[in-house]
Amino acid sequence: MIELLQHQFIQYAFLSGTIIAIVSAIIGYFVVLRAQAFAGHALSHIGFAGATGAALIGVSSLTGTFIFTILAALGMGFLGKRIQGRDVEIGMILSFALGLGILFLKLYTTNANEAVGILFGSILSVTSYDLLLSIISACVSLLLLLIMFRPLLFASTDPEVAEARGVPVQLLSIIFMVLLALTVTEAILVVGVLLVFALLVAPAATAQHIAKRPLTTIVLSVALGLAFTWGGLFLALFLHGPVSFFIAGLASIIYLLAVPFYHTISPHLYKPLPHADRENKFTVEI
Amino acid sequence: MFDILQYSFIQNAFIASFFVSIGAAIIGYFMLVRGLTFAGHAFSHVGFAGAAGAVWLGVNPIYGLLAFTIAAAIGIGSLGKELRERDITIGIMFTLALAFGVLFLFLYRGYAEEAYSILFGTILGISSLTVLITAFFSLMTIGLVLLVFRPLLFSSFDPEVAEARGVPTQKLAIAFLILVAITVSVSVQVVGVLLIFTLLVGPAATAIRLIKGPYQTIGLATVLGLLYSWISIFLAAETNLPVSFYIATLSFGVYLPVRLLVKKNI
Repeated sequence: MIELLQHQFIQYAFLSGTIIAIVSAIIGYFVVLRAQAFAGHALSHIGFAGATGAALIGVSSLTGTFIFTILAALGMGFLGKRIQGRDVEIGMILSFALGLGILFLKLYTTNANEAVGILFGSILSVTSYDLLLSIISACVSLLLLLIMFRPLLFASTDPEVAEARGVPVQLLSIIFMVLLALTVTEAILVVGVLLVFALLVAPAATAQHIAKRPLTTIVLSVALGLAFTWGGLFLALFLHGPVSFFIAGLASIIYLLAVPFYHTISPHLYKPLPHADRENKFTVEI
Repeated sequence: MFDILQYSFIQNAFIASFFVSIGAAIIGYFMLVRGLTFAGHAFSHVGFAGAAGAVWLGVNPIYGLLAFTIAAAIGIGSLGKELRERDITIGIMFTLALAFGVLFLFLYRGYAEEAYSILFGTILGISSLTVLITAFFSLMTIGLVLLVFRPLLFSSFDPEVAEARGVPTQKLAIAFLILVAITVSVSVQVVGVLLIFTLLVGPAATAIRLIKGPYQTIGLATVLGLLYSWISIFLAAETNLPVSFYIATLSFGVYLPVRLLVKKNI
């Protein structure tokens, strides 16, 4: 085991995995609180077009993903409430983004490995440039989050009252969307476009099932995120399997085990999430 | 220009997409009016694990797709409403399904190529046997929908009244989810797991804004779906770019102006 840790690519994997797990877990806390899991999902799909488009014009795929997700986040932030309840529209835009991704991929290379790396993560082939970019982006995200922690928490739990008290709710939500874009981009590096939920949502959602107070929940969320990432990396190295399978598998199973605690420990916390579909006029019980 | 039609793999692609497009348009219409477009997305992700598992076991991926999506349909249909409403729980279950898909493909040797074709479709590599299976399941779905057409329509638009009139809405809902699962499974072969929306929801979402009445909407959606897939196969064969890229572009390119220009309360 110790010999394995001497390889540079494994050190890079652990280092970037650690940083990204921490940021994702903290941002994830707000994602769950603000019921924006779907936004994370959408941003990661748009990131696919960015990652493959970047390869086309010769920048690193991480840079391309950053650009695409941040633009999409700004768009979503400015549209704000107007995009709620627009499942079909969002689905169509995401599909188109993925379609573009396929085109870029085809034009750039016919190598299917590239696509799979973007879709399911490539933590074991992180470059020093990726690592540096993740560290910078993580520091910026954490610093911004620290500065706006209290107002953001207020605006996330009770937007109407926060607005009335003079908290710039709209501005905060745009900044948060940009932070989410940064985090999604980094999480794609570890678990890939399709498994972003595992790092972004699962640790925070599990923590919120167990803990109550914001700080305790965030600390628990970070601990879980680190445990999933390290556990996933170790299991992958020992069993020679795909890293993202182990991270996503651990994260999902622990979450599903925590669900039964939900009602027994904190029944009053249950609040139905405002999923987009619910505002649809034709929505009926399945 | 029509030389390409001589190739049997092109003929197979045209025949398979013919059946898939019709089934997808009809089911897509009902998904739209029942507010279930998200289920299509979800099922296709579960289907990925099924297809990957089938590849690993050396079975035709369509069987894996059908098994997993139908299981998901029954599972979601019989879950309590409260649990179903939790986006996060469902999102994480699908993450788990995708993760197992990754594992199955990893265990199978031709990892990347297989993953790529399940995710983005393999219509140009479809075998004659798969065409037959696709035609069978599509016709079965279409037949079943026609059989329950009126009660299904009734329960989609006005579930309370339908229930009161003795329509078995609950059973219909689960049956419909199973039909969605089958349609998703056959459509995955054309456009792949990730672009299921373009064939399943795209044509119906465009048609519903352009025309009134369920029959007319389904008719128009079918025509659109067929046009998208046939034009795309043709363009793909001529230009050597992926079919699913063309389907996604056509579907979005037609939907966008219609969505922006036609004001209609959907």
